Amino acid sequence: MTQPQTLDEQPTNPTRQKSTGMRLIVPLQGIVQGRGGLLLGTLIPCALFYFFQLYTKRNRGNSSNTPSNPPSPSSSSPNLAELPRTSSRLSLFSRVGSSGPVSVSSRASLIVRENDSPYYIGLEKVSKDPYDKVRNPDGIIQLGLSENRLSFDLIEKWMVENVREAMVGRDGEHLSINGIAAYQPSDGLMELKVALAGFMSQVMRKVVSLDPSQIVLTAGATPAVEILCFCLADHGNAFLIPTPYYPGFDRDVRLRTGVELIPVHCRSADNFVLSVTALEQAYNQARKRGVKVRGILISNPSNPVGNILTRETLHNILVFAQERNIHIICDEIFAGSVYRGEEFVSMLEILVEEFDKNRVHIIYGLSKDLCLPGFRVGVIYSYNKNVLALAKRLTRFSSISAPSQRLLISMLSDIKFIEEFIKTNKQRIQKLHHSFVDGLEQLGIRCIQSSAGFYCWANMSGLISTYGEKGELDLWDKLLNIAKVNVTPGSACHCIEPGWFRCCFTTLALEDIPVVMKRIRKVAETCKSLS
Amino acid sequence: MVTEIEQPTVELSKVAVSETHGEDSPYFAGWKAHDEDPYDESSNSSGVIQMGLAENQVSFDLLEEYLEQNSEASNWAEGAPGFRENALFQDYHGLKSFRQAMASFMEKIRGGRAKFDPDRIVLTAGATAANELLTFILADPDDALLVPTPYYPGFDRDLRWRTGVKIVPIHCDSSNDFQVTLEAMEAAYRHAVAMNIKVRGVLITNPSNPLGATIQRSVLEEILDFAKRNNIHVVSDEIYSGSTFSSSEFVSIAEILEARGYKDSERVHIVYSLSKDLGLPGFRVGTIYSYNDKVVTTARRMSSFSLISSQTQHLLASMLSDEKFTENYIKTNRERLRKRYEMIIQGLKTSGIECLKGNAGLFCWMNLSPLLETPTRKGELALWKSILHEVKINISPGSSCHCSEPGWFRVCFANMSEPTLEVALKRIHSFMDQRKTDAIQSPPQL
Repeated sequence: MTQPQTLDEQPTNPTRQKSTGMRLIVPLQGIVQGRGGLLLGTLIPCALFYFFQLYTKRNRGNSSNTPSNPPSPSSSSPNLAELPRTSSRLSLFSRVGSSGPVSVSSRASLIVRENDSPYYIGLEKVSKDPYDKVRNPDGIIQLGLSENRLSFDLIEKWMVENVREAMVGRDGEHLSINGIAAYQPSDGLMELKVALAGFMSQVMRKVVSLDPSQIVLTAGATPAVEILCFCLADHGNAFLIPTPYYPGFDRDVRLRTGVELIPVHCRSADNFVLSVTALEQAYNQARKRGVKVRGILISNPSNPVGNILTRETLHNILVFAQERNIHIICDEIFAGSVYRGEEFVSMLEILVEEFDKNRVHIIYGLSKDLCLPGFRVGVIYSYNKNVLALAKRLTRFSSISAPSQRLLISMLSDIKFIEEFIKTNKQRIQKLHHSFVDGLEQLGIRCIQSSAGFYCWANMSGLISTYGEKGELDLWDKLLNIAKVNVTPGSACHCIEPGWFRCCFTTLALEDIPVVMKRIRKVAETCKSLS
Repeated sequence: MVTEIEQPTVELSKVAVSETHGEDSPYFAGWKAHDEDPYDESSNSSGVIQMGLAENQVSFDLLEEYLEQNSEASNWAEGAPGFRENALFQDYHGLKSFRQAMASFMEKIRGGRAKFDPDRIVLTAGATAANELLTFILADPDDALLVPTPYYPGFDRDLRWRTGVKIVPIHCDSSNDFQVTLEAMEAAYRHAVAMNIKVRGVLITNPSNPLGATIQRSVLEEILDFAKRNNIHVVSDEIYSGSTFSSSEFVSIAEILEARGYKDSERVHIVYSLSKDLGLPGFRVGTIYSYNDKVVTTARRMSSFSLISSQTQHLLASMLSDEKFTENYIKTNRERLRKRYEMIIQGLKTSGIECLKGNAGLFCWMNLSPLLETPTRKGELALWKSILHEVKINISPGSSCHCSEPGWFRVCFANMSEPTLEVALKRIHSFMDQRKTDAIQSPPQL
């Protein structure tokens, strides 16, 4: 399938004339009678149209590619419409040729059309005008990115004291790069698996002990999810997923695998906790449509709501999966970021003898609990030998860089440091969470009671003018452009009830909270006065 | 082979049970034999010498020297704020300083004969990921890429497995030193059309793996013109571009595009990596360089599945921007590889073995066809097995590279010390001597 030709390409190849401009103008030829007239009647308007397009395109602003890069867990980038295709045409290195454009695949075209979601637009806007207490106090405050900056200083300190020795090995007196330079097993060094098994166990309150040989390491949790989908489902199959969910799953699960995500809607009345009835309904509907459901994808602690699933709920999900002989992928990446009294229970704890362990696969990573998204460390944990064998082979496309592995082996083996870190981190998150939720309450905005993660799931439905997705997006827009606060609207997370917003507070310091609240208050008051 | 599937209680996908990972070929079987009995100079001098792995170990000392002298590259003792940004940084654009460093390194390798724009560089965790990613972007399932034979066995997996894309071979043979010809390209294209397969591009490796030779300028021009006529893409995997024995012999497709004023360059994409030239496969550093805006944007977004650790980017950025270091490294690495090549060619020659005239890479393309019992793939595999078990060296049979002529083998020379290479050459010499003796004592039945 070829792409529609843009009009400023020189029409040297007449057989490829598919421009919409031509289609508009050609009918004109019927108006002009006579031989010469026929020719001129088509030629002149076409020529004028072409030159007009050429002129406007050439004179469009020469915006450069994004100069400062927004840190993002998934994809932050301008809409393709804003991408400077003209600037590249004018640049020295990339002048475009004259024949019709060679086409890309349909998968690629999908990506090109994506990223219009507020999730990505917001991230992009912040990157261009980021808040800084001192240097840019009027900038946009980022509450849309799930990064934890609260405990970074602890990691930094460890690095400064330990990094050089930790990363590049020593062979007697001299640095030896041999150990990290050579090809490593693509699914990660065994020492790192051992270290991660220990870390995950610590994070899960030491109730479960993990077997390093059941671990496959990937360059981040993003490819971990995708790899599991390739292992468990075929093109056209589906996974059931409770809403609201992490916007990145749309890409991780669907983009290259062709696997569908079927939402299982959760409601505020249930505190957005998954109900088995809803699961059943969604499953049955899928079957009626002839779609084969291969599994359920849940995140626990959940993103964006931040609640922890109870033992009972986990058990019910297991029973459901067992009865229908399907898989469960459980993303537990926030397991170490629990701050409330409630305890996090891993799916692994529930997996007792009555269940077939081959159907449960855990996703984990160090981007959240250890604040190191840049290092790209993801984990697949499974009992299923076939899945492990296949996932291992697939890691050749997504392996963790060796020096980073070495560094992390050293850090994770520093048990004392890790214990201190986990404890302090939780305390800090709790403090900030408390303060942030209080601040919102004072504005009349209530949040779902959450126990883990980096967000509040806030109910701003009282502030939207029309109850629906449009109203929600209007509010999001006001918050972004007037209050200059970037939050994630519930619709980006596929929430079925409008008016909910995900606010990540772990990028803030305590003293930033009054600033945030003041700004939100500004918009909240105008909204209330209008409604 | 996927582990025995005793009717699993819960099903796996078709990808799980397919065999397009290609891991049954001798290419991988030989590795197994080596892993079970690896040669070691001191502790296992009769073990299997690995000559099937294209790894570059000849220039490690240069890297170590740099790291030793430039400690701020490997730690952040002074740059604590720098570390914060770095460890939090997970943007798929990649560190700008690193992209600039890669662009400048790629320019140096080409002797400044082509320029690279850092904003057209997309970073991936290795060239393996880069090739797969490009395939996802340029072709749909059941479409095809044309690839000249013999080719790197990994392509069967990297280009086909998850993408569902096919490889249609462009057959090359020894009559013209395995160069790609227009006739061969057109024949491959016609073949695809006849099978109702849509061709989306040509993928070449330049310098070639397994041939160990650069593609001539005229051939590159022909490939570009062929692609233009059929409106398809050209992917040029230039992963060995820094491993040419002399700087003047390698012509990058980038140079040709520059000479053509970048007309019609939208169809061209270059793959590069630090795994071969810099000997750092463990670091997982690969790049896609595309002259097509849409491909750059798409590849960048898709690279989320395959990002390079920001720490690694930081570590390498200053090293690759260091003019003095890179110039010296490129020059020295080339010389050392050339010396190795000459050593092995000479050694093989004295054993009565001829190789294709090579000028790049970490291996040579050896002709053992005179030794075949039968001039068939089966004969080649039998010979490969006997070399593995008698000579105890693991080399790659041409059939695993889809070579249409049996009897050719790829032999790597840069992944071992010189003494080890001597041992390997001695063993080969004895093997050939023994064969001559056997031939005299029991002449072939006529």
